[in-house]
Amino acid sequence: MDSHTETVALREQFETPGQQKEASTLGMWIFLVTEVMFFGGLFLAYMVYRRLFPEVFSVASNTLNIVIGAVNTAVLLCSSFTMVLAVHAAQIGSRKALIVFLILTMLLGGVFLGVKAYEWNEKFEEHHVPGPSFYLDKTPMQGQAQLFFSLYFGMTGLHALHMVIGEGLMLFLLFHAYAGKYTPEYYTPVDLGGLYWHFVDIIWIFLFPLLYLIGRHHH
Amino acid sequence: MITAAAQEQATYLNESYGIKSWLLTKDHKRIALLYLGTITFFFFLGGIFATLIRIELLTPSGDLVSSETYNKLFTLHGVIMVFFFLIPSIPATLGNFFLPLMIGAKDLAFPRINLLSWYLLVIGGCFAMYAMLAGGVDTGWTFYVPYSTSYSNGYVIATGLGIFIAGFSSILTGLNFIVTVHRMRAPGMTWFRLPLFVWSNYATALIQVLGTPVLAITMVLLICERSLHIGIFDPARGGDPVLYQHLFWFYSHPAVYIMVLPGMGVISELVSTFSKKPIFGYKMIAFSSVAIAVLGFLVWGHHLFVAGQSVYAGLVFSFLSYFVAIPSAIKVFNWTATLYKGSISYATPMLYAFGFIGLFTMGGLTGLFVASLGIDVHVTDTYFVIAHFHYIMVGGTLMAYLGGLHYWWPKMTGRMYPEGFAKLSALTVFLGFNLTFFPQFILGYLGMPRRYHSYPDEFQVLHVMSTMGASVLAVGYAMPLVYFIWSLRYGAIAGPNPWGATGLEWKTASPPPTHNFDETPIVTTEAYDYAALEAAKVG
Amino acid sequence: MHNMREHIDSVWTYAFVFAALLALTLLTTMVAEVDLGSLNVAVALLIAVIKMLLVALFFMHLRHSPILTKVVVCAGLLWLAILMVLSMADFVSRNWLAVPGV
Repeated sequence: MDSHTETVALREQFETPGQQKEASTLGMWIFLVTEVMFFGGLFLAYMVYRRLFPEVFSVASNTLNIVIGAVNTAVLLCSSFTMVLAVHAAQIGSRKALIVFLILTMLLGGVFLGVKAYEWNEKFEEHHVPGPSFYLDKTPMQGQAQLFFSLYFGMTGLHALHMVIGEGLMLFLLFHAYAGKYTPEYYTPVDLGGLYWHFVDIIWIFLFPLLYLIGRHHH
Repeated sequence: MITAAAQEQATYLNESYGIKSWLLTKDHKRIALLYLGTITFFFFLGGIFATLIRIELLTPSGDLVSSETYNKLFTLHGVIMVFFFLIPSIPATLGNFFLPLMIGAKDLAFPRINLLSWYLLVIGGCFAMYAMLAGGVDTGWTFYVPYSTSYSNGYVIATGLGIFIAGFSSILTGLNFIVTVHRMRAPGMTWFRLPLFVWSNYATALIQVLGTPVLAITMVLLICERSLHIGIFDPARGGDPVLYQHLFWFYSHPAVYIMVLPGMGVISELVSTFSKKPIFGYKMIAFSSVAIAVLGFLVWGHHLFVAGQSVYAGLVFSFLSYFVAIPSAIKVFNWTATLYKGSISYATPMLYAFGFIGLFTMGGLTGLFVASLGIDVHVTDTYFVIAHFHYIMVGGTLMAYLGGLHYWWPKMTGRMYPEGFAKLSALTVFLGFNLTFFPQFILGYLGMPRRYHSYPDEFQVLHVMSTMGASVLAVGYAMPLVYFIWSLRYGAIAGPNPWGATGLEWKTASPPPTHNFDETPIVTTEAYDYAALEAAKVG
Repeated sequence: MHNMREHIDSVWTYAFVFAALLALTLLTTMVAEVDLGSLNVAVALLIAVIKMLLVALFFMHLRHSPILTKVVVCAGLLWLAILMVLSMADFVSRNWLAVPGV
């Protein structure tokens, strides 16, 4: 009857593989919506305080390295590109390409995280980490400046946490791809992993201009 | 006693034995029972705190406990009742058990995630219990800043973590239900043939998925502020405490609809079954469930009327708050219209349904009072508000939950509860409830503040009445605990459809087999089609 | 059972989208250095939204997804908007009445 039984683990509650794939995909999209609302609270806090303290936020934002930020954005976008190529490879049944693109995605994600760690370390050395030793030049509003950096570390930190989880997902997919579990008839986990990865990328697409590009024309 | 026939029947209960078969189950029915045990525990725990509160309030002076301890009592009462009882209650027990059955499915879309949801509730509950045992938390269940972040000596972080984790339990349940209703309906089960209990759980799931994540990030920010003092809610650093309230109530207002919508779904089932009539205005009730879910997200600022929110925002939120009453009113009218010329039976579930309709209406109408800016300035943070929400949560949701529990008990266990005792306890609950909470409307209007354990002498009479009511109420709640357990061994054996109800869940055995239906049902009749049920019996 | 999604986009489609994303990133970085006053934020957000749409529609295959998926995405964005707009309605309208505390 079912030529896919050796590759599709058709769960008992589903009638057909198609139903299972539709349900899983819908489930992942709904999960991503919950993530939108989760990050949304932070974006609201950002909006409230940027509107209240535009100059301080501008001064604080200008201490971030715009070139590194832009390049890191490009790195993450590239990882999204390799991810969608991985899904494409799974769709056409190209196991080797799938593995290569998953590895590339992981590597690029790793580069992103490495650069972020470098940036954070820079902030630490410049005393821009909120806490007792915080000090930001060029502004008397030290409390508000700390607000910017709390949001900076909070938002990029939460994003980085999601990246780390994403790397874990990629590793999981890599193992199963290597074991030959994915075929053109069944590659749903790769698809869903891709959705998650792209979503985390979209978060960064907003974080970059909101955190790095405030008042850059003031030099 | 168990007859030989029942002994042979393979049900989800006897399909496998042993603790592992329960703790690692994927069966939505077993998970529902796991939840039932858990939330019953939390209900009585929250009840203990309520008892202590009511005893303290018997006398005008704060003499039973210190102020600090009293703060912990009402905080823990609120936290446990809201997050660990009310929010999961109907969806996680009755919803989990009956949603797949009602749509003709074998299980939910994601059974393992369903089990995970239960574990998350338990783990979250463990954090809350740890906080309770280690010394308690005294901020009120709303955790307003700056008290919770800067001044409280209670276990705020542990409690916040517990709520954060329990929140994911709720989110995953909602996600599961949405996907299940969209993708797992049996052939012929169109959207407008779904039982209204399914519609209400679906609408609830929408709220769970869209609102709870904001609670999650709020708890994260609360914990960060308390532990790291990042300043996000601290005026000295430029932060705004009202931002916390916006974030908190963005979830916590829709949360009250998470609590009441499933109850309304139960009432639709009960009113129909015990009038032997299709629900009047099926589509309006279905749409009104979704309307409540959506509109419920637009009104949270009515909790911030006196908090420092701008008066213009207050006007907008007040205006929108009136709107959300409309779909609820539609339901009440439709239930009433269903009763008209129905063949009314006064079985226990129906008694709870009547109780719900009356008490929810009162609670809802008093909601209009507090939605009015002018009146709210007078009654906010008084016992008026406490009475308002207890009418809805206890007079509403809890009654619906008990009604549903009685209604579906025969299906879940294969046993009938004792009808005489059950009627008595329903009456006891109703009387106890009104004696407890009606005086609180008066108290609040006269100026008795909430969260105070000492008060002027002239309020004592009303407080004594309230505590007397609470004692009666406690008896009313203890009775089902006793007779439900009793019925597991001594209750009359129930057939597949003891109430003569419509709905797919009544077409399978009591208790159902693990796989729910021997054959996937094919649905050809509309919801609440009693004529078809009669025809099927005769033919 | 065939592929649920009839369309398999070509690698070139993805490459073009990727190139567009890179170009938009460059654009937003460069525009930030130009003083457009209050328009700076709007332009930056507009570019971010376009990038988001490109990733969602092409990389996440939203273009070819069932309508329900699109409804889910719209709902998510709408709810985010509700959170932000109604909250900001408070913060923005404070002090409109020249009365303390409102």
